[in-house]
Amino acid sequence: MKTNDVILQTTTKVVFFIIFIFSIHIFFAGHYTPGGGFVGGLLTTGALILLLLAFDLKTVQKALPFDFMKVVAVGLLLAILTASWPLFVDLPFFTHAFDDFNLPLFGETSLHTAMLFDLGVYLVVVGAAMTMIQTIGGDT
Amino acid sequence: MTVIANTLIVITISVGVLFTLVTMIGILRLPDVYTRAHAASKSTTFGVLSILLGVFFHYWLKEGLFSIQLLLAIVFLFITSPIGGHLMGRAAYISGVEKSPLTVGDELEEVVEEAKRKARPRPEID
Repeated sequence: MKTNDVILQTTTKVVFFIIFIFSIHIFFAGHYTPGGGFVGGLLTTGALILLLLAFDLKTVQKALPFDFMKVVAVGLLLAILTASWPLFVDLPFFTHAFDDFNLPLFGETSLHTAMLFDLGVYLVVVGAAMTMIQTIGGDT
Repeated sequence: MTVIANTLIVITISVGVLFTLVTMIGILRLPDVYTRAHAASKSTTFGVLSILLGVFFHYWLKEGLFSIQLLLAIVFLFITSPIGGHLMGRAAYISGVEKSPLTVGDELEEVVEEAKRKARPRPEID
C-alpha cells in the first residue's frame, strides 16, 4: 500500500525553515544569551532529521549534497585556525580579538573571533550528528 | 494599566492550566486511542498556547520585553501539535489498534481497502 503523507511533507516544508532560522538565531545569540554553537548545531541537525523523516534519504542527499565528514573536517580546521592565529603574532594560544564595525545593513556590530570558533563547533556538531544518522539510516 | 495587565496575564495562564487539566482527565477517561488523541492534540494545544500567550503578555507588559521567540513558539506549536496528533492516530489505525465499541462509522476503512485493492499487481498491462 502506497502511504499518503502529504500532510507531513507539506508541514515539514514550512516547519523546516522555522527551526532552521531559529537555530541560526540561537547560534548568533550565544554570546549574550543562552545558546551557541552546540545548541545551534543540534537544532540544525533536528531540522535536517525532520526532512529525513518526511522525505527519504536519497531525496535529502540530493537536496543537500554535502559529505558531512568533510563538514566535520572543515569545522575542526576552522576551530584550530582560530585558536592558533595568535601564535603568529606573538600572543598566547587561544587569544581572541574583537572590535566594533559599522556594517551597512546591521549598523553598529561588534564582531568577535570567538564566533569563528563557535562556527567550527557548529559545523562539527552538524557534521557528526548527520554522519551518524545517515550511516545508521542508510544501506552503506 | 497594571490591573488590566495583571488580569490579562492571570486569565490567559489560568485558562491554559485549566485546559491542560481537562486534557489530562480526557486522556484518563476516554475509551480508545482515537478519542484520546482527539483530547490530547486539541485541548493541550490550546492550553499550552494560552499559557505561552500569558507568559508573552507578562514579559511584554510587566518587563517591557517584546519576546519574538514566544510568538514563534506559539506559531510553531500551533502548526506542529495537530500534525503530531494526526500522525499518531494514523499510525495507530494502520497498525490495527482496536476501536472503542461505541464507534459508529468508519469511513477510512473503505478507503484503505480500496487502496489495498488497487496496490495489488494486475495481470494485464495498463
